[in-house]
Amino acid sequence: METIRGSLAIITNGAVLLYLLKGVAFTVIISLMAVVIGLVFGSVLALLRNYCNSKKTRIFKWLAVAYIEIFRNTPLLLWIFVCLVFCPCPKFLGRKMWGLSSAEVKLLFKTAVALILFTSSVIAEIVRGGLNSVAEGQFEAGHSQGFGTLQIMVYIVLPQAYRNIVPTLLSQVITTIKDSSYLANVATIELMARVKKILSSAQKYNGMGTVNVSDVFVLFGFACLIYFAINFTISFMVRNMQRKRRRAVPVGVV
Amino acid sequence: MAGLFSANAWNKVWIYRGTFLMGLRNTVFSAGFGLLLSLCIGVVLGLFATSGKKPLAAIARVYVEVVQNTPLLLQMCFLYYALAFSGHGLGILLTGVLALGIYHGAYVAEVVRAGIEAVPKGQFEAAFSQGFGYLGRMYYIILPQSIKVILPPMVNQVVNIFKNTSCLYIVGGADLISTTYSFVTGESTGGAYAPAYLISGLLFFVVCCPLSSLASMWEISLKKREDRSGKTNRRETARSRTLRSLQSP
Repeated sequence: METIRGSLAIITNGAVLLYLLKGVAFTVIISLMAVVIGLVFGSVLALLRNYCNSKKTRIFKWLAVAYIEIFRNTPLLLWIFVCLVFCPCPKFLGRKMWGLSSAEVKLLFKTAVALILFTSSVIAEIVRGGLNSVAEGQFEAGHSQGFGTLQIMVYIVLPQAYRNIVPTLLSQVITTIKDSSYLANVATIELMARVKKILSSAQKYNGMGTVNVSDVFVLFGFACLIYFAINFTISFMVRNMQRKRRRAVPVGVV
Repeated sequence: MAGLFSANAWNKVWIYRGTFLMGLRNTVFSAGFGLLLSLCIGVVLGLFATSGKKPLAAIARVYVEVVQNTPLLLQMCFLYYALAFSGHGLGILLTGVLALGIYHGAYVAEVVRAGIEAVPKGQFEAAFSQGFGYLGRMYYIILPQSIKVILPPMVNQVVNIFKNTSCLYIVGGADLISTTYSFVTGESTGGAYAPAYLISGLLFFVVCCPLSSLASMWEISLKKREDRSGKTNRRETARSRTLRSLQSP
């Protein structure tokens, strides 16, 4: 009983709680950023893979295919390690920022690059699914109205494709929030890493002098709760959206 | 490029090839047994979810939601440290198998549930009216029809569980990524970054790429077959299923 009270004292300790909540903020911001940048990069990859079929541009298609398949079929952790060694880091990032030391800011940049590269390959496939779900007739209709290929993409196809993939993209946000925990392997920035760090020095905070099993349960349970609260909210939104869409008349399917 | 073109670095990788093979063996081991465990958990929970009995369905729902909405890394740490600090440490590989099985069990459960729900309700009723018991109904009538919906996403799960063995790193793992990392940072072996990462990436790619291509081709052909059957509402579900299956855990 006493150990549990000690463990609870860890997360009710103001400084520790603030430290962990900052980690939550990093987790959410890194993930959202990865998805947004990944969406831009992934859209380009998807368009290249789907529509560069002429002889001159085929090389871009194969490059996009290679990129997507390579990143989809290797683990994220490999890319984090690769980026740690090979990713160049701009000079202005080598200083203290957002409560992180200069070394941590550099690590954050490198690992975020890895996460973005990895996520954009997944999002490319999602966008491609969206593009394929737009009916062929939409292209023909666009051409018959005198639109060029680029205009058809921007005004007709992409808006429909994006509309179709909103639920899948939101699910990808969940996946990316989970994936961002991989950053804990190399740096102490986001929630997972911070919880692990607090656990390793739990004896300082729980007033027991040793790390107990109840500390593990309280700290990791706390992290589980936060991840669950964020992700469940998003998945609830996704499900609502899908239910509404199923009821609505499908656009561009028939 | 940290030794991509240096013969010395490649030579080092060749001398220590046993490290990579051992890592690969551990990865295959934990992925294989993790998959077995996840199949057991997934089939049971999938049947729970479609049993029509509220408490059983609730158990399956809660399990799937809790596991799918928290990171595997966190679950693995939780399991490892909880066992270690309570004095029941199982070792890294066994912890890895357990955590991978628990995590992917939730995904397999969803796959199984979707497969069973894809079978029209009339089939259950027909089987019931012909006097089949629960097991007979599931085995002879429902399973043959749902297996074609279940298998393609299951192949995807195999790919994912194989990639997710890299999570073992955080508990001091023995899998391919961890052995690669300890190889490139080791005192006597260090430095050969490019060749080592290339080799271990290649090993992952060689295993995962054929499987994931198979899964996506299978899914496309399945969708085409369903499209040909011509019902608009079924086409809609097939499309949303394809979209959903694109998300990777």
